[in-house]
Parts: sequence; C-alpha cells; structure tokens
Amino acid sequence: MNYQFDWSVLWTGQSGQWLLAGLITTLALAACAWLLAAVLGVVSGALRTAPFVPLRLLATAYVEFFRNVPLLVWMFFWYFGVPPLLPRAAQDWIFAHGLEFWAAVCALGVYSGARFSEVLRSGIQSIPRTQVEASVASGLTVFQAYRYVILPIALRLIIPPATNESLNLLKNSSVALTISVAELTFQTRQIETYTAKAIEALTAGTLIYLVLCVSVASVMGWVERRTAIPGLITGGRRPRA
Amino acid sequence: MLDLGVIWRNLPFLLVQGFLGFGGFVGGTLRLAIPAILLGFILGVFVGIGRLAPQAWIRLPATVYVEFFRGVPLVMVIFWMWLVMPILLRTAIPEFGVALAAFVIFEAAYLGEIVRAGIQSVPRGQVEAATALGLGGAQTMRHVVLPQALRNMIPSLVTQFIVLFKDTSLASIIGFMDLTKAAQVVNNREIRPFELYLFIAGVYWVCTYSMSRYARRLESRLGPA
Repeated sequence: MNYQFDWSVLWTGQSGQWLLAGLITTLALAACAWLLAAVLGVVSGALRTAPFVPLRLLATAYVEFFRNVPLLVWMFFWYFGVPPLLPRAAQDWIFAHGLEFWAAVCALGVYSGARFSEVLRSGIQSIPRTQVEASVASGLTVFQAYRYVILPIALRLIIPPATNESLNLLKNSSVALTISVAELTFQTRQIETYTAKAIEALTAGTLIYLVLCVSVASVMGWVERRTAIPGLITGGRRPRA
Repeated sequence: MLDLGVIWRNLPFLLVQGFLGFGGFVGGTLRLAIPAILLGFILGVFVGIGRLAPQAWIRLPATVYVEFFRGVPLVMVIFWMWLVMPILLRTAIPEFGVALAAFVIFEAAYLGEIVRAGIQSVPRGQVEAATALGLGGAQTMRHVVLPQALRNMIPSLVTQFIVLFKDTSLASIIGFMDLTKAAQVVNNREIRPFELYLFIAGVYWVCTYSMSRYARRLESRLGPA
C-alpha cells in the first residue's frame, strides 16, 4: 500500500468548519425528524391498540407501508415527487427555505415514525389489559385512560428499544446526502473530494458518528435509570449503542 | 396529472434490469440482496459464536467489531469500501464487489447479535448433556446448540433480512444499477418522479411485506423451541 497519510488535512483549510457545519446539520436534521417521528409514532402506536376499527386500520396501513420501503426511496419521493404537487405559493416558499432539508425531515420523520409506532405498540401490549379496564371502570374515557394511565407507563417501558430506534434515526440521517443535504457524511465526502485523502476524511466522519451514538446511548441510559418503574425487572438495564 | 403510462413504458427496464439485474448494466436488487443475505449470515454466525468464546482474544475483537459497525451509518461503510478498498488492494473494484463487501461486513454485526441471542436462548443443560456424551466444543456447537438456536432466531433473522433487503437500495449511491438507480435513470429522461418513486416503493413493499408475513407464519408454526 503506497498511501501517504496526511492527517493535517483535517485541521488545515476548511475541513474543520465543514465538519462542524455537517455535524450541526446532522443534529438539526435528526432533531426535527425525531420530533416528527415521535408525534407520528405515539399517535399511530396508540391508535393501533385502540378500540376504534377505522382509525386502527389507518394506523396499520401507515406503519406497514412506510416501514417496509427503503428510506432512500422515501428521500427521492419527498424531494422530487411531492413538491410539484403542491400549490404554487407553497412551492415558492419551500424552494426559498431549503427544500432538501425539509424533504429529508419528512422522509426520515415519517419513515422513523412508522418504526417508533411498532415499538410503542409492543410497549402498550406488554401492559396488562386490566389497566385499561380498571381505568374505564373508574370513570375515565378511553382517551383519558390512554393519556393518564397507559401512555405514561408505556413510554417509560419502551426507553431501551426507543433509544435503539433513535440511534437508527441518527445514523439513517446520513442517507440525506443523496438529496444533497450538507450533513456530516456529505461534508466527509467533500473533504475527500477536495484533499483526495479518503482514509483521513472517513476516519474523522466515522469517529464523530461513533461519539454521537455513544453519547446518545449513555444519556438515554441515565434517563432510563431515572424513570425506571420501581418493582419491574426491566428497570435499570442499559441500552446498547 | 398522474401518468401511469410512464411506468408501463419503462417496466422492462425497471424490473428486468433494476430489480432482477439482467441487461446491459451491472445491477439488480435481487442479484445483490441474495448473496449479501447468505454471506452476511455466514459471517454473522462466526461473529455471534466469537462473541461468546471463552478465549478473550476471540471475544474482544468480535465485540469491538459488533459495537463499531452498530455505531456507524451504512452509508459511511459503503464509502469506506468504495474509497479505501482500491487503495488497499491497489486495483479497481467493480461496484458490485464494493456493495457486496459493505453489506456483508455491516450486516454481519447485526446478524451476529441475533445469533448470539439465539445461542444464549439454548438451555445450559443442552451443552452439559452434549459434553457428558463426549462431544467436543465444535461438535456441540455444530450438532446440538446451533440447530436449536437457529429455530429461536428465525423471527429476528427474517426481520434483519428485510432490513438488509431495503438497505440494498443504498448501493445506488455508488452507481450500482439496482431498482432505485433504475428509477432515477428513467426519471432523468421522463421527469415523472411521483409516479416512478411511488411505483418502486410498491415493488419494495410487496417483497418486504410478503417476507414479514412469511416470518409471522413461521413464528406461529414453530413456536418457541
């Protein structure tokens, strides 16, 4: 192997600021998509266990369709396919405000929401049915039972698998480079293109992803211990990065 | 307005070249997915056994391998293979080889964790009984533990195979002519993104959904061993 290592490409020129910009974009993209995914996941996950058949079918259709198609296809779909269908004014607004970023947020958020939904559904199904029955018997409506009894327990139970899915979301945000969102992987490629130092650039990007994943996993481990329900076996188990 | 004719006109290219991989370009979703699943599973079995090895010099590298690849995006691994393999091997590697290597190495980390969990689900007494009958370590693994572990693993394995199948779409990033790339190529000529991407979403969906239905059937037929 006659490869000349030159690690200085990472701190000379614009590399540092590119990596930083990429990291910020990755975090912003992941955060926005996570919020969208959390809302979609909680609503559709709860509906999939709720006793209203039409809404349950709707939620099931959403989950089964979006979860089973590659994220990359969704990226292209939201980026190329959806904007031409919007009204003129909405098109102008979105082209002026970073179409790539918002298309990536939609693609990643809607896709991950379907995956979150499955996690929440299995969390709800692990709660004894009697909890709902007891809540309804004490005079709560089904909505109130979900809002005050089922969801607070389920959300605490699912922290380990939800952490896993959140890490998947973070890693999947790299697919946004295909629609030219300037996130971390995109910037890593840019450094490689400008300096022709593939190993150094990829090492930097890879290390940043590893550090991000390990930090998210340890923060969530702490959250999990803080919110563990006393008396359950699952309390206090650490999620895996 | 919707123009479904665009799909009909390009159906042979999308399905025969993009999905199956026969035609003038190196490509094919199935042509990549099937060897990737087989080889990834074989490597995954070794990784999973390695993580449970009593010898630290086997266990530690296997653990580092799994933790490393589970903390890195697949796109990053594909770029590593694409840009670094030619430097290391000093020769150009075709896209198929790059993509296959990236998927096998990446997915083996995830499959290894499933294999490990499957092996750990086999009761300890089975190993003790096999040892008492005079089987060696490798024989016990091969004839007693793995057959039972595989049975327990089937649902999670199929789920991971579905993930791998979907992930093969990322090979289009380095120019591999799979279903996604074929849709991009057709779209560049026809400019019908909504119809085309929705159509390939449907093709992917039919494959993955039938795989997951099949997994559910297997699961209920086999039950926990």
